[in-house]
Amino acid sequence: MSDITITERQAGDVTILDLEGKVTIGEGSVALRTAIRRLLGEGKNKLLLNLAGVGYIDSSGIGELVSSFTAVKKEGGTLKLLKLTQKIQDLLAITKLLTVFDVFDEESEALSSYN
Amino acid sequence: MIREIQLPSRIESVDQAAVEADKFAKSCGLGDDFVSAIDLAIRESVANAVKHGNKFDETKSVDVTFADSDEGFEVTVRDHGAGFDVDEIPDPTNPENLLKANGRGILFMNSFMDEVSWSNHSGGGMVVKMLKKR
Repeated sequence: MSDITITERQAGDVTILDLEGKVTIGEGSVALRTAIRRLLGEGKNKLLLNLAGVGYIDSSGIGELVSSFTAVKKEGGTLKLLKLTQKIQDLLAITKLLTVFDVFDEESEALSSYN
Repeated sequence: MIREIQLPSRIESVDQAAVEADKFAKSCGLGDDFVSAIDLAIRESVANAVKHGNKFDETKSVDVTFADSDEGFEVTVRDHGAGFDVDEIPDPTNPENLLKANGRGILFMNSFMDEVSWSNHSGGGMVVKMLKKR
């Protein structure tokens, strides 16, 4: 069984990825990378990652969020984060990445920030 | 109480070490927050040993020891690689390193454990010893 399930949905021109499971070294990180690269290949570059269902993330997973952020930015797009768990928020604070990512608690607020 | 395990140098060993640590820590009566901190530190240290120490060479093991004492919970992870100077690892929180994909594992180990020390093993490889105080 895969470590992570990624479900894609569209809200206007913003693509939301709902992540469920673990974003860790190996399968979880690779699945996220593959999904992001595919969306960029389809010309979708306004991305919102919903992390509410991510029960676990490690330094590789955090690294994958950063890689995704830079890959999307390079394509002229934006990647933002939605509904961080307390654990992920703590890890992003420790790594000072809360200064890098735009983070939202409410989906509606996140979506309107792309306009 | 002490528990020693030897794991092959593959990604699956990260989960395996964490599962063993979880079982051991719970059998020692440690609480969920305590176990959660240990879990992350063990995953990061074993991942480091597999990736950077043994470079995925499955002929080289990752040797993990858990020990519970009055002082706390101690984890030792040894690889059989060429070793490295931990002081040479760039600080991932420096602005110029923030967007790098790697290099945060040691920061997490230092953040979640009370003491972390690195040494070269006399028989080769690196040893990281981590303590979470009770």
